[in-house]
Amino acid sequence: MKELIQAFCDVFGPSGQEERIREAIGEQLAGVVDELRADRLGNLIAIKRPTGNGSVGRSRSPSVEHSDCGRFGKRVMLAAHMDEIGVMVTHVDAQGFCRFTTVGGVLPNALIGSRVHFANGVEGAFGLEGAPLPRNAVIADKMFLDVGATAKEDAQVQVGDTAVFRSGFGAVGDRLFAPNLDNRIGCAVLVQTLRELANTPHEIHAVFTVQEEVGARGATTAGYGLAPDIILAIDVTATGDFPQATPMEVALGNGPAIKVMDRYMIAHPGVRRWLVNTAQVYDVPYQMEVLEFGSTDAAAVQISRAGVPAGAVSIPCRYIHTPSQVIDYNDVRNAVRLLVNALSGTGDSADLTAWSADK
Amino acid sequence: MNDLLEKLSNARGIAGQEGEVRAILREALTPHVDELTVDSIGNLIARKGPSHGPGQNRVLLAAHMDEVGGLVMRGNADGVLKFRSVGGLDPRILPGKRVRIGAEAVPGVVLRAPHGARAGKRVIPLADLLIDTGGAGGIEPGDMITFESSFEQFGRLLKGKAFDDRVGCYILAQLLEGRYPCELVGAFTVQEEIGLRGARVAAYAVEPDVAFALEGTVADDLPRKKDVSPTTELGKGPAISVMDRSAYADRHLVRLLTQTAAAHDIPYQIKQPGVGGTDVGAIHLAREGAPSVAVAVPCRYIHTPAALMDPADVEHTIELMRQVLANGAKSEE
Amino acid sequence: MRVACRIVTSYCRPPGTDIFSLLQELSETPGVSGQEERIRAAVSGHLAPLVDALRVDALGNLIGSKRGASPAHNRVMLAAHMDEIGLIVTRLERSFLRFAPVGGVDMGTLPAQEVTVHGSSDLPGLIASRPPHVLSAEERQKPFAQADLFIDVGLTAAELAESVAVGDFVSIRRPASRLGKGQASGKALDNRVSIVVLLEALRILQSRTHAWDIYAVVTVQEEIGLRGATTASFQIAPAVGIALDVTFAEQPGAPAEESLPMDSGPAIGLGPNLHPKLRALLVSTAERHEIPFTSEVLPGHSGADAWAMQVSRSGIPTALLSVPIRNMHTPAESVVLQDIERAARLLAEAISDLPDDLSVLALDDH
Repeated sequence: MKELIQAFCDVFGPSGQEERIREAIGEQLAGVVDELRADRLGNLIAIKRPTGNGSVGRSRSPSVEHSDCGRFGKRVMLAAHMDEIGVMVTHVDAQGFCRFTTVGGVLPNALIGSRVHFANGVEGAFGLEGAPLPRNAVIADKMFLDVGATAKEDAQVQVGDTAVFRSGFGAVGDRLFAPNLDNRIGCAVLVQTLRELANTPHEIHAVFTVQEEVGARGATTAGYGLAPDIILAIDVTATGDFPQATPMEVALGNGPAIKVMDRYMIAHPGVRRWLVNTAQVYDVPYQMEVLEFGSTDAAAVQISRAGVPAGAVSIPCRYIHTPSQVIDYNDVRNAVRLLVNALSGTGDSADLTAWSADK
Repeated sequence: MNDLLEKLSNARGIAGQEGEVRAILREALTPHVDELTVDSIGNLIARKGPSHGPGQNRVLLAAHMDEVGGLVMRGNADGVLKFRSVGGLDPRILPGKRVRIGAEAVPGVVLRAPHGARAGKRVIPLADLLIDTGGAGGIEPGDMITFESSFEQFGRLLKGKAFDDRVGCYILAQLLEGRYPCELVGAFTVQEEIGLRGARVAAYAVEPDVAFALEGTVADDLPRKKDVSPTTELGKGPAISVMDRSAYADRHLVRLLTQTAAAHDIPYQIKQPGVGGTDVGAIHLAREGAPSVAVAVPCRYIHTPAALMDPADVEHTIELMRQVLANGAKSEE
Repeated sequence: MRVACRIVTSYCRPPGTDIFSLLQELSETPGVSGQEERIRAAVSGHLAPLVDALRVDALGNLIGSKRGASPAHNRVMLAAHMDEIGLIVTRLERSFLRFAPVGGVDMGTLPAQEVTVHGSSDLPGLIASRPPHVLSAEERQKPFAQADLFIDVGLTAAELAESVAVGDFVSIRRPASRLGKGQASGKALDNRVSIVVLLEALRILQSRTHAWDIYAVVTVQEEIGLRGATTASFQIAPAVGIALDVTFAEQPGAPAEESLPMDSGPAIGLGPNLHPKLRALLVSTAERHEIPFTSEVLPGHSGADAWAMQVSRSGIPTALLSVPIRNMHTPAESVVLQDIERAARLLAEAISDLPDDLSVLALDDH
């Protein structure tokens, strides 16, 4: 699976320009799913239908209560966003230097000393007005991008072009390094889950979403269109396991994190319990996640239409939104195991009445 | 340049109180469209053209009616009012400006609170500014506050208030006079300045195949020390947004606009990415999503009592949109 | 006022459900955003006898419906959120707990505050901080930050690990009490006050006819982004929405133009979030029945469920009725009980007054 991860990390795909990564993921899914299509915003939707005697016992009316589908298969939406953060050119000056705006939650401090590349292969180095190194916190307005041009006329980029971090994929034992593990790792986990999921009573809608980093926009429209019974996001989460980190229980290598809460969402207790029980039954290591900053596609789908029970399986990741993100491969494998076992329908099923049983 | 544009610019209407603008548009549009309705939040929806059929696009054109302004929070006995902004007002440009208050358009002036004596040393927050009405009565909490301004010619340019987005309303009204091979829905939206709220419900109701927001946008083309983007420039044609804080434009629609402009010798410019937001932010996320793009007339000094724009840019925007609609707003895939 | 007295005596109130007792019960019942089970159960008990049907939706909103007399079956949705702000456990450190806020918690109100940790059972605890005696003069000048604070429940590390897990919720521990003349003080009056308003209004309506179908929605997760109201509005798709919430009462230090007098009745919202003609209906109802009220000017985001309701689907005419409270989002909120009663009467009368003909809400300008 490391090859798959590396393959996805090596593909260009900033928010709003996901064509190449969509194609790369689509190629990996040929023959694995029953249906594959892209929607109006560019989300890649892969459908795996229930196998065996499983049936999706649900009404198509999204306003119907979910409590009546306990024992039947469900329409499960799994969302992994395929976009990555980057920068977009806003102006090319007379000397060929580019001014830029950030795409997604880019930290200007992380740009100093890093390199980016554009879809056409052009490289970019970041410069700072006045001096190569900042004395204080930097703001993007004081920075520019050197794209190897000597004048506006010979710049090989134009206003509106996007670039992403250039640092490559690397590994030290089971620790993997790449600039865009957020969220190519989620894409790899989702693809591998679809490959290993031999049987399922559920109708699985695996959605590789666009524009998550700029506000979960792809998930918003895909969630409305699919009207699922459950939404699970597969994304990265922060950790509290490095010097002076914000206090947080999640650590690399302790297993996938099952989300309780993040900045915009509280996970459905029934979905959470389903994942925890699955992990316990199949002896998959796991940890509970309370994330104070950031959120996932699940937050957008949770409030779609009449509401969707939501949860997330997160891969612990250090230094998110910097050019050097680090994860542990064991967490990745265990995330796949957790998902495959949860979706195979052999163990516990999600009790979606958890929020409605107490009347 | 045109009576309708002048009327629209002078009309008073902040988010939630767009009635005067709506009435002007209703009167202007009645002879030209098949159906005019007002929805629960106040959007004016105009429909015309062939019914929705196979191969024909339902095209949504959106322009917002509201302008930035203020709301009276509380008055006191001597006619000095506390207010808050509705939409993005820059408190630095307010002191000394003349405003009009409430349905009766009572005149007032923006004062500084006493510590404004340290003027120039720091920005006086909007919450510390006051409006003096000279003791005029008849003002209630909740009354709207708009800039006093007049529409006039400044050299080659036009000056007025609320070009954001009355120029979009004007362009949309002009476009609705024509007939095109598509189902055309014109949405004059409300409450754009406080979060694209009118456009959100309009797009949900209309379910467009493609959508265009028609805007007045920031031009930052004053002399600068640095060689950086002017955002947009007056006189260089309609500004097309590829990405702003609210949305990515649909790439096919951007190509349709640029290719159409090139084919008909209409000047255009790409707006500085990452700046501002438009109704597209709400429209492209309605239901299962709709391919959308914003096309705008560059305006200097937007969100002030005296914005400037080039009438040639207005004409070129109308012309570009006419050519796009003449083709049913269809982009090559 | 005579009219009101007659109404108040015309229906039977079960024992222990006077306004203070009801508010006390609801205030003291825990219900942090995302873990509303207990407050929902408590409200269900009071709501059930007042409605024809009761259900809980996918997010946990409690939805009571009561049929109206008219065959038109127009729907009015009333929304009062049940969740309160609170804390959540993020980490166990020796015998102490680290936590994060759920909703807009003012860290300044936390030090030395007692809390309840909802672990495997309810554990009493308190917010621990280092004493000033051991701090430098400079440190003493700074307010406590989240990183300086812990929760201490008096257990050893081993016992703690058995009873508490990451992700457990924590609520403020504070009994409600009477305060001065006719006031009440407690936690979570935001927005348990409005649930009492909703229940009282429905009680009044038991002996009244109303044309419209009423959907009384007690929403979840308002404090973390109006999430319950968003999905409830979509599924109910009402013709009219009325949100019930609390607002800032006048108190020393608060800007006068952003606060409202206590003991002057509920505040009827005014601004772009609120439908002008629906507001006019509420105002005329209040005037006709001589119920005191004030107007709350809201230039933008109302911060209430009304903000989500207004733009649901193709748009919903929405009103906002608020009761002023002091010290909002602290463990010592306070309210004038009579304002609750006035809000309930206004709400009940307004619902009875809703006209069958929806065209009175049309925003036509000619």
